[in-house]
Amino acid sequence: MAARKIPQLICPAGSLPALKTAVDHGADAVYLGYRNDTNARNFAGLNFDHKAMIEGIRYAQARRCQVLMAINTFAQPGRFADWQRAVDGAADLGVDAVILADVGLLDDSSRRHPDLRLHLSVQGSATNYEAINFAQREFGVRRAVLPRVLTLAQVETVIRNTPVEIEVFGFGSLCVMNEGRCWLSSYATGESPNTVGACSPAKFVHWQRSPDGMATRLNGILIDRFADAEPAGYPTLCKGRFEVQGETYYALEEPTSLNVLEILPEIARIGVAAIKVEGRQRSPTYVAQVTRTLRAALDELASAEKGFSVRPAWQAELARLAEGSQVTLGAYSRPWR
Amino acid sequence: MNRGFTIPSFKLPGVFATIGAHLPQWPHSLALTTALNAAAKVGLLPADSLAQLDERSFVVEVLDAGGVAAFVYRGGLFRPLLTAPQAPDLWFQANLSAFLQLLARQEDPDTLFFKRELSIVGDTELGLLVKNMLDAIEWPSLPRLSPFQR
Repeated sequence: MAARKIPQLICPAGSLPALKTAVDHGADAVYLGYRNDTNARNFAGLNFDHKAMIEGIRYAQARRCQVLMAINTFAQPGRFADWQRAVDGAADLGVDAVILADVGLLDDSSRRHPDLRLHLSVQGSATNYEAINFAQREFGVRRAVLPRVLTLAQVETVIRNTPVEIEVFGFGSLCVMNEGRCWLSSYATGESPNTVGACSPAKFVHWQRSPDGMATRLNGILIDRFADAEPAGYPTLCKGRFEVQGETYYALEEPTSLNVLEILPEIARIGVAAIKVEGRQRSPTYVAQVTRTLRAALDELASAEKGFSVRPAWQAELARLAEGSQVTLGAYSRPWR
Repeated sequence: MNRGFTIPSFKLPGVFATIGAHLPQWPHSLALTTALNAAAKVGLLPADSLAQLDERSFVVEVLDAGGVAAFVYRGGLFRPLLTAPQAPDLWFQANLSAFLQLLARQEDPDTLFFKRELSIVGDTELGLLVKNMLDAIEWPSLPRLSPFQR
């Protein structure tokens, strides 16, 4: 039986060791960014300077692993040249594609670098095929990364109605707030992924020890309080616990990670081109653990003559790494209409 | 990376913390700063990140061993502090096994944080910088230690 077509595995690289780890553990592509606010993981000490970028691209491409460069924040007023420079740099270095969100930058890049492959970032927030086909028609976008708000059936509808390759998230911390359109970080701090390249930037985050556990504040706003052994999540407004009508709970979303292992055969069947692992902010250790687990699952799916079954060891490995130590199928599985 | 030898999760019995806390703490600080300075000297720690640590104080507390290392980065060197500051810029707390798992790149710091096995209090941005700096270190390949291979 011919091998089944399976999605590419796209893994995060926040540092050179993480990149090499992803390549060595079976990623088909890695995604990375410069050390500045042109990408949505602009965290202190993370990402690549020019020297590391050159070495990383060389390392990956020599091992037949593609390199995708995320330049997925929105060009800020008066600084468009910084974003242009990032795209020029990517083109010069010979990356396999750039991942862009800003319509102005997409337009500019498609004109100045007609041979550079463009991917529409999740921050571009295209949730329907009309938006994706627009990006294809106007800028020649070849792939779109879908926000984590669609059901699997909706993803299938998108795929059936566009020539653009579709990439979906496969594992990692969940953002259910319609990426690229969420205002919560801006509301609390005045800064957001689109503007400065970070959601709830660290300089606004304070963890305070108190006799009843640990309190998390974002720009002074109390967003959560944890007892000593209680699992924690990232300090974002969406994952805080708030008092609503006399009850204190995760009013927006629980700290949790997306995990699609269970629906991998469906994802392959509907023609998803690539699955992306979230987590450029995480360590090489995480990258190794997730990459090797998903590689094993995808390889088994490719070769499975009969049914594909999820191995408990895979699930256990991924659940251990998850935010809040729990995983979910997120929006993919929503039986209600 | 994990090459066959796994550091288990464990917690030292309470007696270690009791004894450890009564021992002089400066040897820990001295050992840690010596190691950090050596790493900086051979270029394992990126200069641009190091520059941002200037005049910042750190405390690393091994809870179950009762050990505390305190140091400051000043004038291009990590320097031990004889007494731990009351409010360091950054304060790491974990049990010995979590620190060992971190150093061996067996566990991801965010995973340990989510599981509440690693506590980082103080200047969060500084914490992120230090975490990312440690993650970006390319450790030289160590010779394989055959007794530890499975």
